[in-house]
Formats: sequence, structure tokens, C-alpha cells
Amino acid sequence: MDLFLVNLIDGLVYGLLLFMLSAGLTLIFSMMGVLNFAHASFYMLGAYFAYQISTYLGFWTGLLIAPLIVGVAGAGIERYGLRRVHQFGHVPELIFTFGLALLIEEVVQFFWGKSQKAYDTPEILQFALFSIGNNSIAAYKVFMIFVSIAIFLALLYVLTRTRVGMIIQAALSYPKTVEALGHNVPMVFMGVFGVGTALAGVAGVIAGPVLGTFPGMAFVLGSIVFVTIVIGGLGSLWGALLASLLIGWMTTFAAASSFQFADILLFLGMERPADMAASKLRDLWTLTMPQIGPILPYMLMVFILVVRPHGLMGKRGL
Amino acid sequence: MNDTFQNTAAKRPLVSLRDAAPWLVATGFLLVMPFIFTANSTITIMNQMAITIIFALAYNMLLGQGGMLSFGHAVYMGVGGFMCMHILNMVEDYSLPLPLPLLPIFGGLFGMGLATIVGAFSTRKAGTVFAMISLGVGELIAACSIIIVAFFGGEEGIPGDRTYGLPFFGNEFLHPIDVYYLIVFWLILSALLMYLFSRTPVGRMANAVRDNPERAEFLGYSARKVRFISFTASGFFAGVAGGLFAINYEILTEENLSLILSGQILLITFLGGVGFFFGPIIGAIVFTLLQTVLSLETELWQLYVGALFVATVMYFPGGLAGVLMMHYPSVKLGKVKSLVVPYLKTLVPAIIGLLGTAGFIEIMFHGRHAAVGDEQMTLFWISLNSHSALPIVVTLVLAVGGIWVARRFAPEMAEAWHRSITPNAPPPPAQPPSTRDAA
Amino acid sequence: MSAGQGSPPALELAGLRKSFGKTEIIRGVDLAIGRGERHAIIGPNGAGKSTLFNLITGRFPNSGGHIRLHGNDLAGLQPFEINRMGLSRSFQITNIFPAMTVFENVRCSLLWSKGYRYSFWNMVARSRDLTLGTEAILEQINLTARRNLPAGVLSYAEQRALEIGITIAGGADVIMLDEPTAGMSHSETDYIVDLIRQVTVGKTLIMVEHDMGVVFGLADRISVLVYGEIIASGAPEDVRADPKVQEAYLGAALEADH
Repeated sequence: MDLFLVNLIDGLVYGLLLFMLSAGLTLIFSMMGVLNFAHASFYMLGAYFAYQISTYLGFWTGLLIAPLIVGVAGAGIERYGLRRVHQFGHVPELIFTFGLALLIEEVVQFFWGKSQKAYDTPEILQFALFSIGNNSIAAYKVFMIFVSIAIFLALLYVLTRTRVGMIIQAALSYPKTVEALGHNVPMVFMGVFGVGTALAGVAGVIAGPVLGTFPGMAFVLGSIVFVTIVIGGLGSLWGALLASLLIGWMTTFAAASSFQFADILLFLGMERPADMAASKLRDLWTLTMPQIGPILPYMLMVFILVVRPHGLMGKRGL
Repeated sequence: MNDTFQNTAAKRPLVSLRDAAPWLVATGFLLVMPFIFTANSTITIMNQMAITIIFALAYNMLLGQGGMLSFGHAVYMGVGGFMCMHILNMVEDYSLPLPLPLLPIFGGLFGMGLATIVGAFSTRKAGTVFAMISLGVGELIAACSIIIVAFFGGEEGIPGDRTYGLPFFGNEFLHPIDVYYLIVFWLILSALLMYLFSRTPVGRMANAVRDNPERAEFLGYSARKVRFISFTASGFFAGVAGGLFAINYEILTEENLSLILSGQILLITFLGGVGFFFGPIIGAIVFTLLQTVLSLETELWQLYVGALFVATVMYFPGGLAGVLMMHYPSVKLGKVKSLVVPYLKTLVPAIIGLLGTAGFIEIMFHGRHAAVGDEQMTLFWISLNSHSALPIVVTLVLAVGGIWVARRFAPEMAEAWHRSITPNAPPPPAQPPSTRDAA
Repeated sequence: MSAGQGSPPALELAGLRKSFGKTEIIRGVDLAIGRGERHAIIGPNGAGKSTLFNLITGRFPNSGGHIRLHGNDLAGLQPFEINRMGLSRSFQITNIFPAMTVFENVRCSLLWSKGYRYSFWNMVARSRDLTLGTEAILEQINLTARRNLPAGVLSYAEQRALEIGITIAGGADVIMLDEPTAGMSHSETDYIVDLIRQVTVGKTLIMVEHDMGVVFGLADRISVLVYGEIIASGAPEDVRADPKVQEAYLGAALEADH
């Protein structure tokens, strides 16, 4: 039971982290129809910028400034890159963001090298806040949860309660009309892209110390984020939240599980082969749940796409 | 799209010389190459190039002709390759009578088999949804490669030995040159088949579905089925490439399935140009050369390739083939000569500027990452100190100056190009819109 | 030329309904269109004419009722299946293959009817049948001189002509045209009307049209659709005289036109 609670918290941390990325991605997608392949690269930039700033000014300054820089960089890339490619259609846009992801990884390696950076949690949060049984819960984890939830609430507030949010929501469905009403839609696009990438930046700043700050970090998380929004339903913010938590818990519990497939085989009355190397089913005998964990999201995605092509909460026809 | 240009419906000979000429020239060229470049290392590069060409052409059946962007196409090549490796090992273990040159067929069949399964649900839509499914399935299979050790060999991969197979007319494929001719045979055959595929009814409809799936449906074609057929055909040729990879390298590992390889083939195809059949061929040749030559010269080659790719997407969405074909009218009008001077005036400074930029980047990189105390580096065969000001200033001046000059002459170049594609005076009177004639 | 002389009508709608959410757009339409008839559907904006077209051609599923083509129920069929049964349509907004040449546009629309289906063993350029068929259509729609241009660069009227060419190329015997003259000048309209008359000889034509000149010039019968219901259906002069129609819709338009 204790372990269950610990996993529940760990899964929540991971799920909310995924959500910070998938929320920005969803916002950009439903706004502009562009699936930003480089989204996780902005997350990586967030971590690296924060690391660099923290070496001079400490963690908290990094947390404030790094996402801003990432957001400005994102807005700039929208303005001078994406907008140009927009005229060629969605597929070239996707290819552009894919190229951008490659390029950002190379640029990061250019400046910071290939090895992991010593970007660490702030000292003030390096203690165990409470413990469940024998497992202590680090204060930083709780901090991550609060930051994620705060950002989610802020996003919700902006989208549903403010004038800007109204314009964004309207521009989602009727870009032409909104433009005719005198709003600068390209400007709104640029703003949304900037905010979306800044969100990814925040995620990078707070995840960098935990998951590691290295040039492959975008790649590791990137495809999972795509899987998340496909499962949730392209363009649905609630779907993204649901899918993020689902994947967060699924992978965490799978990683902590002690389940072995050998048990099933034994239950089915099969005999453990004496010489494992000669057995055709040797992979099944040695297979454990933690091994399966990383591919569960992909399996879930394929399953969802087969039975419900528009995702958990997506609208039909996307 | 050339076949619409012949205006008559008259019976044509089975193969006209005009149609066959490019293929004959290419074949002759490929057969002669090993006599010009005899070094084993060069032949290895050519083998790699040829395999990449087949894979890129297969990929372009999706991207260029079918409008389907795949982020996971390496798995079809990879699975085809792994199957071939297992078959090769079975041939060895049980002394089966399978000549090595036929092996790629099996790669193709298994690539096609996998594409049939995945295509059954992934070709419902093109565009973003297709791209995401391809990514997910690609990741799934790549991740399985580490779990299913019996088939994928885990981290060591599956090795094999091509020389244990049945000798083919006395040839045991010991040397790279033997393998070269085997690959060239499959290259020409696959390329020809893929070219012919694009001329068939379903190949034409693939273009129609790419441009306007809804209209195609109202013409009696199921867009999904058209995509599905293109997808399985592409899976077949990707599998053939995988079989050739197995023969050439005698080992397949999880890397053959990775997202990195899938991304690379997208890059290669787009760089070469998706709008023309020969685009991916150019892309594969240029990329392999960059990969082999540039990577010897600099650690940063991937940075340059990435920048080149992004620039291509932004400024030349037609890729290299598109840029070449922009000049087709100039050639037809015999005005290429008028382009030489304006092009030189812009491109020479541009190249100097780019080399200057690259030099600057290299010096910065060396200054940042070289071991402490190591301040000497070699740049363009010049030895210099990466921590002194002079080389930095020189490269910066070259970069800024070159690009500034190039920008100044760029309008002149564009102007010259426009002139070269417009016929000389007097222009033939433009056909008035036919509807106005009737009205 | 009215429906029901032994053989089933070319197209028959029975109690057809369509709702989007709570809003009912088509509210029980009954209509029979005989073979060889030229039938125009008119009505004010928002009456549901385009929705009706989309229901018949399988673009949207209907919420109730039946659609029968030559007596066969079309329920649950996809657009491409309906097309194969001999019904072809054009679109209100030009819907062609802009990146392909004019010749290719027409040739693609011929492929299915010439029996090529999903063939990947025939070369299209080698088929005399296809080439001749395509050239004949190009001649009919007067675009022979433009055959090698990308369709996207044609003038608007030419694109509309091409759209009609694509629609009739497959040899369907029921042709549905959605506002074929929308946005055209007078002379262009006259040209398109002539073209439609030519290419639909011996076929059943159903069209939605706003231009009353076109409607009365072409149609054998007219149906008036108002708020998702057919309020009148019959020969042009009867419809014109119908007081209900006058009241609901036609009055002003007719006076302005004549």
C-alpha cells in the first residue's frame, strides 16, 4: 500500500510534466494546425538555459528567466521560420519543425557538449518533505506538482476568463472572422506559439534536475509527448490532461511492478525450459513488466487509433 | 508527369529510345563506376549509396507521390533486413538451395507484409494523423527490438555470413565488388519498377489523392485504398533495401529500426526533392557524400546538414531536384549561358561567406570544447590558434563580407533567371481563354 | 418525361431527413427524378440545397429516409461506391486537382469507368482508349489547347469547365451540378449553359442554381426547396405560377429577371 502511494505520486509528477508539454503542443496544434515536432526541443532549451543561468544567478532566477527566453525564441522561430513555410501546407510545416528539432539538438551540443550537465535541484528543496512507510518523498517532487497545477490553472483562467482567451478560442474556430473583426491573427499565432514553447521551457527548467540535462533529453520525451496528444485526441486540452496522467501512471506502475510473464506461462501449465537459450519462447520466459513499461504508451496509442481513431476526447474529423 | 506531353494517341513502340535513354545511361554509368573508382573503400561507399537510393525512392512513393509523411519508415527496411538475415542463417544451417541474389525478394515480401498490417489502420487519413501513427508504430517496433531478443538479437543484433550461401554462377560474393554488382542489379530493377508504378492507374491516382482526396472519392476511388496500395508497395521496396543492407553489411542491429534512420531518410528525400522521381536519387548521393566526406573533416557535420535541411524546407521546398528543374526552361530556350556571370557574381561570394561562417563556428567550437591547453587547430588546411583574435576576425570578415556581397547581387541573379525562362520577343500571342472564344 | 413509366426513376428521395445536432436542415424531402430529366433545385440561401446534394452523394450520412438510385438504396454507401453506381457530381467551390495538368485531371476521372480500377500493371500512357477518351472530353469542354498546363493556373471559367469535364468524364448517367455558374460573367454563363446542355444529352441532370435565367433555360422540371422542405415541384411555368412559390421566394426574383 505504501509503495502504491509512492508510485501514485511519482506517476502524478511524470504525468503532470507530460501535461505541461502536451498542453503547449495542443494549444499550438488546435490554433495553427501545426504539430510542432520540435516541442520537446524547446523543453530541452528550457533546461539548458536554466542550467546556464543557475550557474550565475541560482535556480530561482533560472526558473523565471529561462522560460521567457525560450518563449521569445519560439515566437521568433514562428515569425521568421514557420510563417514562411505555412504557405506550403501542413506537411512541409511538420517537416520544418522536424528539421528544427534536429538543428536544436546540434546547436545544444555545439554550446554545451555531449555529456550531461550538473544541473541540480535548489538546495532549499533538497530534503524529504514527508515519508510514506519507509519511502521519503522529496520536497522537490511536491514542488513540481504544485508548479504544474498552478500553470494548468493559470492556463485555464486565461483561456476561459480573459479577453485574450476569448480571442484565442474564437480564432481557433473562425480565424477569418476573427481577422475581419480587426484582430491581428498572425500576431495571435505568434503569441500562442511563444506561450506554448515557454510552457515547454518551464517543464524543462523543473524537469532538467530530475530527468537529467543532456542533448538526448528532447528525443527521450519528444515522441512520448506526441503519443500523449494522439491518445488524448488532437486538439483537446482535457484529452491531453487525461492522457498525460494515464501515461504517467501507466509507465510508473509498470516500472515498479515485479510481474513476470513467466508466471503466466507457469500458470498455463508450461514447464520452464532447462536450457533457456535453446527455447523459442526464451524472450517470453524472461520478460518482465518493467521491460514492457516504456512501450506501453505506444501500444496504447495503436490500440486507441484502431478502436477510436479520433483519440479519447478528440473531435471527429481531425 | 512527362507522359502527358506527347500529344498523339497513336500506337507507340513498346519502348521508345527517348524513354529508355536515361535508364541505359544510368546502367552504363553504374557498370563502369568500379573501373574508375577501384578502391575498396569507394566501392563500399557506392554500395551504401545504392541501398540508400532504393530506400529513398521507396520513401518518396509515400511522401512525394502519395502525400504521406512517415516518421517511421526505417522499420520496413529493418524488418525486411532482419528477415533476410534469418533466412541467410537458415540457408547456412540447413544448406537450402537459395542463391544469394534472390534474398532481397524475401526482404521485400516481409517489408510488404508488415506494411499491409500497419497500413490497414494507418492509411485512413493522410497528413498529421498518418505522420503520428507512423511515428508511434516506428517507436513501438524499435522498442520491441530490445525486448524480442530471439528475433532482433538484442543489443548485439543479428550477424550473418553471405559467403555461406549457394555460389551463384561460381560467385561466392567474397568481395565488395561482387556485392556491388548484385546491389546495382537490384537498384536498377527496383528503380525501374517504382518508376513504372508511378505511371500506372493506381500510381496516377496516388497523385490525385495526394492533391485532393475528396475529389478522388467522387471519381470512384477510395482514397484509403489508393494510399494503402502505395503504402504496401513502398514497404516492399524498403524491404528490398533492407535485404541488400543485410547482404552488404552482414549484420543488422536495433539501429536499423531507429527513429534516427527514419528521420534521416526523410531528410535525404526532402533534400533531393520530392516533386520529381529522380529527386531522392540526388538526395541519397549528396547525403552519402556529405556523411562520408564531411564527417571526416569536422565533428560538426550534422549541424551543417541540419542547417542545410532547414534552409531547404524554408527556401527551396522543391529540394535540389526542384532547383535543377527550375532551369529546365532556360536549357530548352538555349539561354543557360546568360546565367553564368550573374550566378558566379552571387554564388562565389555566397560560398565564401558560408565557408567563413563555418570557419567561425569551427573556431568557436574548438575554443569551447578542446582540451585545456590545446589551442592549435587546422581549418581548411591552415594551422591556427583558436584562442587568438586574428583567425576569428578573418573568418567573421569573410562571413559578413561574402554574404553582404551575395545579397547585393542576388536580385540581379533572380532577374537573370526570370529572363532566361521567358522566350525572346516576340512572344507568341497568348491563347485567349477558350470560354471567352465561345462566348 | 416524368418519373414512373415502368422502370424506377433515376433518383428517388423518400422522407429524407438530416439534422446537425438539434437543428433539422432537411425535413422530409420526397422527390422522384425521371431518366433523362433535367431537374433544377432552387430555393433561398440556407434552404438546404447543398446539404441535399451532400446527402445524395454520400458526403454526409442522412438521419432518416431513403435515397434510391435506379431503384437501389444508397444507405451507408461511401461516395466512391455511389460514384461507381453511375452518379457523379460537381462542387460549388471549384474542386479539381490543381497541381496536375488539365489532361491528367480528365484522365484520372476516366480511369475507374474504363475499368482500370486499382491496377498497377497497366501503363496509363500506353492506353489508346484512355488517351482518346481524355482527348474527346477535352475537346468537348474546349480545353484542348490547355491540356499541358497545371489546372491551378486556368482562369475561373476554365476551371469551372474542367470541373464539369471531370464530373461527366466517368460516363455517369446521373449528373449533379452544384451552382455551375456561380461567380461568372454573363458571357461565361451563356457558355457554361451551352456546355452543360451538350454534355448532358441523354443523361439525368440535377442541379442547384441561383441564376433564374439558367434554371428556366435548362430545366425540364423545377423543385423549390424552402427550409428543408419541397414546397413545389413541376414544370417551370407551373412552378412560376404557383402562388406558394411566389410568396415564399420567387416573386421578387422573377420580376427582376423578366
